Amino acid sequence: MNESENAIVVKDLSKCYRIGLKENIHDSMGGALFSFFKSPLQNYRKHRSLYTFNDLDSPDGENADDVLWALKDVSFEVKSGEVVGVIGRNGAGKSTLLKIISRITDPTGGYAEIRGRVSSLLEVGTGFHPELTGRENVFLNGTILGMTKKEVHRKFDEIVAFSGVEKFIDTPVKRYSSGMKVRLAFSVAAHLEPEILIIDEVLAVGDAEFQQKCLGKMQNVSESGRTVLFVSHNMGAINQLCSTAIMLDGGRIVAKGESSKIVEQYLAKIFNSSDNHDLKNAPVRSGDGRLQFTAAYLLNAAGRKTTMPIAGDPVDIVLEYESYHDLPRVKFLLTIFNQLGIAVTHCTVDCSGKRFDVGKGEGRVICRIPRLPLPLGQYKVSIVAADDMEQMDWVPTACVFDVEASHFFPHQFVPPMRYSTALVDHSWEIHTGKHI
Amino acid sequence: MPDATQSVVSQITIVKPRSGWQIIDFKALRGYRDLFLFLVWRDIKVLYAQTIMGFAWAILQPLIQIAIFTIIFGQVAKVNTDGVPYLLFSTVAIIPWTYLSQTITQSSESLVKDQNMLGKIYFPRLIFPMTPVLAKLVDFGISILILLAVLLYYRVSPTWNLLFFPFLVLFMMALSAGVGLWLSAMAIRYRDVKHAMPFAIRMFVYSAPIVYSASSIPQQYRLLYSLNPLVGIIEGFRSCLLGTPMEWLYVIPGLLITLLIFVSGALYFQRMEKIFVDVI
Repeated sequence: MNESENAIVVKDLSKCYRIGLKENIHDSMGGALFSFFKSPLQNYRKHRSLYTFNDLDSPDGENADDVLWALKDVSFEVKSGEVVGVIGRNGAGKSTLLKIISRITDPTGGYAEIRGRVSSLLEVGTGFHPELTGRENVFLNGTILGMTKKEVHRKFDEIVAFSGVEKFIDTPVKRYSSGMKVRLAFSVAAHLEPEILIIDEVLAVGDAEFQQKCLGKMQNVSESGRTVLFVSHNMGAINQLCSTAIMLDGGRIVAKGESSKIVEQYLAKIFNSSDNHDLKNAPVRSGDGRLQFTAAYLLNAAGRKTTMPIAGDPVDIVLEYESYHDLPRVKFLLTIFNQLGIAVTHCTVDCSGKRFDVGKGEGRVICRIPRLPLPLGQYKVSIVAADDMEQMDWVPTACVFDVEASHFFPHQFVPPMRYSTALVDHSWEIHTGKHI
Repeated sequence: MPDATQSVVSQITIVKPRSGWQIIDFKALRGYRDLFLFLVWRDIKVLYAQTIMGFAWAILQPLIQIAIFTIIFGQVAKVNTDGVPYLLFSTVAIIPWTYLSQTITQSSESLVKDQNMLGKIYFPRLIFPMTPVLAKLVDFGISILILLAVLLYYRVSPTWNLLFFPFLVLFMMALSAGVGLWLSAMAIRYRDVKHAMPFAIRMFVYSAPIVYSASSIPQQYRLLYSLNPLVGIIEGFRSCLLGTPMEWLYVIPGLLITLLIFVSGALYFQRMEKIFVDVI
């Protein structure tokens, strides 16, 4: 094959989703009863409208309320043998792009041309059946991923050796631990030998040791001249494995080029993002209202508002309030929850032995965190203002933020979220020989 | 690591919006033969996993139904069967009916059941509803044992009509495949199908000459009646196994309707295929 030939050509690729229309609410018994009988017809129309886009051609169709462009006019080329990283925030369209290229879903417009045998790996262990043995699942999963029966046969021993579950290969997979299952599944995937490989964030599985093994395997794949399209949030892995990268935002390509430059650009972009954090009309809150929060947001090291702080960097959590009285000895507290709903940490003025005397009017309190010790993930902050008698205001979701990058440790390595709820400063040393 | 089996000429795939009606691309399907057979094998292997009875269920299910029908319609209601013992009469009908009802039910659920796989990997979606059509043949094969036992008990000797057996099995498979294509494609958009299925299956038992004889249908309605492909299949199996004359008037219209259902089902399925993942 000619080296300069393009393996993937994507031209003006777009994908449009219709998000469901809002439900009607009836204020009368009669109306509700009427709509109950009318609803089958309405439901039918609603379901149909979810995938018909005839009105998109009309002048204002493109901007209709319920239309979401997950991908819009994306064009790029991947040369044969190139390893390309795709990065972007959640909802930027990375997964949609991969799904279209691997033919799982159809684009709304544009096209992609793919030269060569493709295997896509959007999940490890697709089609694994708990009742089947490890051996049987290897064959099933292998053929699902695009290998022929003969190929699986040839690589079977290698796959099993890589996974390290030799002893249990004839046991039904339902008796496996989740770690064993993932290892076996990844081993099958790692032994695919397509001309083009499409991978979505599957390296984020298994324990750290296995992850390292997978990264090594990926390194081999990328050096063996295969074309790879690789989505990840792990900037270290992108830097290490990919020669070029594409950055998506809001369904469009915002940058492409040498991977180290794009990663830098991406981190800078995260660094400067901001959002509105008005709390005046917070839907859920309670308290006697002598003082009310009006805004809550994060400031990064540069003093700019951000929703994507970087682990290891200084972060200020700012709470703006309006007080309707002169209030002595007010305490403020906040709790950070991770996406599993676990309270990661609780910060209160009592920890520093302080109380604030708050005058009538507006003001703000700042909670300073010198080195944000949170692993990658989404978080929400709940805030409270109170005195010794009564809670004045409590907002359970005052602000949310994403940690999508980390400087916490000197190396790019980011501990997997599965094994950490907080980052802890540490160092390692080794003592060998007789002088222990 | 060069791969010896890899083709030298690499294939070119174009991904673009599809519109309108498509015909089945049999050439593309052939490449997925291994996968199809593995999925069939998975269905067979997993079906009776962790049961005590295992494949005996393939015998028990139709056997119990035969017993109930024989008692209620044969003994209590004394349905006219043109002189054939009721047990024999109902057995030859219930065996294919069991295959049809189970295959159609499973086929209609196939896309919804495997929706996780649908969203994570591409292979021709046709494989999903087609898998039960093959997998259920194993149960069908096992339940033939009941048939053999009953035929032996009544000392029914085989006739040349038995040569129609493979044709009738194909007929039965084509009908399940056609209906399965329609229903699975509909079920992924409208989950109503899931709720209607058990009920519809129970009703359809009475639309075909399973508990009663086709000859009890008044002459002037026979053509209309024979448009139901189930009639042709059940009557066909009866003639084939019991040696009564083959009633082509029942078989031919049903066969044409089956072809229509299959072809239109395949077209409808292919048309809907592109939105499956988006409407899960």
